[in-house]
Amino acid sequence: MNGLAGFQGDFADALDGDATAFAPARQPAFAIYRNTAMRACLDALEANFPAVVCLVGREWFRAAAAIHVTQSPPRDPRLTTYGEAFAEFLVAFPPASELPYLVDVARLDRLWVESLVAADANVLAATTVASLGADALGALTLRVHPAVRPFASSLPAVSIWQASRAGMAVGEDLIWRTECAVVTRVDNEVCVTPVEASALRFLEAIAESSSLADAAFSTLDRYPDARIDLLLASLLEAGAFAT
Amino acid sequence: MSMPPAAGVGFKPQHFDAAMRSTSDALWLEVHPENYMAEGGPQLAMLDALARRFPLSLHGVSLSLAAAALPDAAQLQRLRRLIDRVEPVLVSEHMAWSSWAGRYVPDLLPFPRTHEALAHLVRNVVHTQDRLGRRISLENPSHYLVLEGHEWSETDFLGELVRRSGCGLLLDVNNVYVSTHNLGEDPLVYLDDFPLHAVTEIHLAGHAVDDTGATLLIDSHDAPVADAVWSLYHHLLSRGCVRPTLIERDGDVPSFATLLAERERAHTLLLSEGMAA
Repeated sequence: MNGLAGFQGDFADALDGDATAFAPARQPAFAIYRNTAMRACLDALEANFPAVVCLVGREWFRAAAAIHVTQSPPRDPRLTTYGEAFAEFLVAFPPASELPYLVDVARLDRLWVESLVAADANVLAATTVASLGADALGALTLRVHPAVRPFASSLPAVSIWQASRAGMAVGEDLIWRTECAVVTRVDNEVCVTPVEASALRFLEAIAESSSLADAAFSTLDRYPDARIDLLLASLLEAGAFAT
Repeated sequence: MSMPPAAGVGFKPQHFDAAMRSTSDALWLEVHPENYMAEGGPQLAMLDALARRFPLSLHGVSLSLAAAALPDAAQLQRLRRLIDRVEPVLVSEHMAWSSWAGRYVPDLLPFPRTHEALAHLVRNVVHTQDRLGRRISLENPSHYLVLEGHEWSETDFLGELVRRSGCGLLLDVNNVYVSTHNLGEDPLVYLDDFPLHAVTEIHLAGHAVDDTGATLLIDSHDAPVADAVWSLYHHLLSRGCVRPTLIERDGDVPSFATLLAERERAHTLLLSEGMAA
């Protein structure tokens, strides 16, 4: 390939490290381009995974992130959401295996970013639903808010994530158990609310069902002891539904 | 919509409250649209609030107009939506490329100024202006590399781009200083050859010395505007190039008040030149 396209291809290859074939890359100044592009990617990942940074430290994070950038360079110019594959990268990154909760913390950081940029919608107020009678409630079709993201971990990743985002050490009282949360956006602020696993199932059922009654039956199939009224209240309180 | 020659600042989210309280005369703000291309959420709400209060300039970094390929259709559509939403007074991009084979390189990359490159650039700018429904301005780049194969001087290349595409130019004075220093050229000669009639906006920013020990200057936007750049700005104003002027700062960002003080310096110069003209 010659001309401009050929130049672009050679330049891009040289940015990736193959600098021998491309004469301009032999100039010391070529490093400026390589450094600028990498720094922009690392800055974006650091901004998008603050809890992970808190857990592993900035130096470890940027070293790991640099490998990820090389493997999965950005394809979308919106670097404010770069890192869609970073948690998956950590799954297969051997040094991360020393911190078994790190991948789930990264997933929660990612859901936070997704919620932040999701479409706007008014949050359904709990009082609107509370005023309905039993029949009307059962027939109700609820719309899950576009900024809602469910999160489930087989580890206490929600507690670890919360402490990390606050820049604090995890409390001594941490119980090593499954944790779930629902990520919502209320008044343009992203919230992570711990919920029971049954609440996530209920939320999923609501998204799939034509009525609240159907969603409740489907949830009870899986969690026979679930208190549907309490699950609904917790989801409404978290701002999980749109008007 | 044209804008009277006033000075503005590059907006940073941490300055939102201070900016909204600002009483500076004729202040305008510039943002990178890529940071606000969300479906919804707080960033977009912030931009809406700024747009209600200030004239805005959208200064894109990602359309990759100097590439052999057309700019990404989805990205153009997002930019169009943002333009329709906040109705900016200025829209600009860079004379550079950043996309290759579906991959985005977050930098402004150079190219040999050939006849072929000019044809691609003209086509991409015309296409962009068509999709956005408005004229855009292109910024002169910072140079670090000595490239072979140029068939045009940069100023002639920009002049021909303007003639063929109808676009405007964003004259970044710091880039002129950095590039001419790095390539061993004379910034005053560059400015005297620049198609000033097409300039819609001027950028002023700080630069850094490359830490590898070379004599290269880097367009780092992490320091106050250098004295040498202010001198070039005076030169431009004295030649009648009195245009909206932006103080750009992207790294080591100081308080809004400190940025405004730099902005006042440019604004005062603009006002006195505007009255003298």
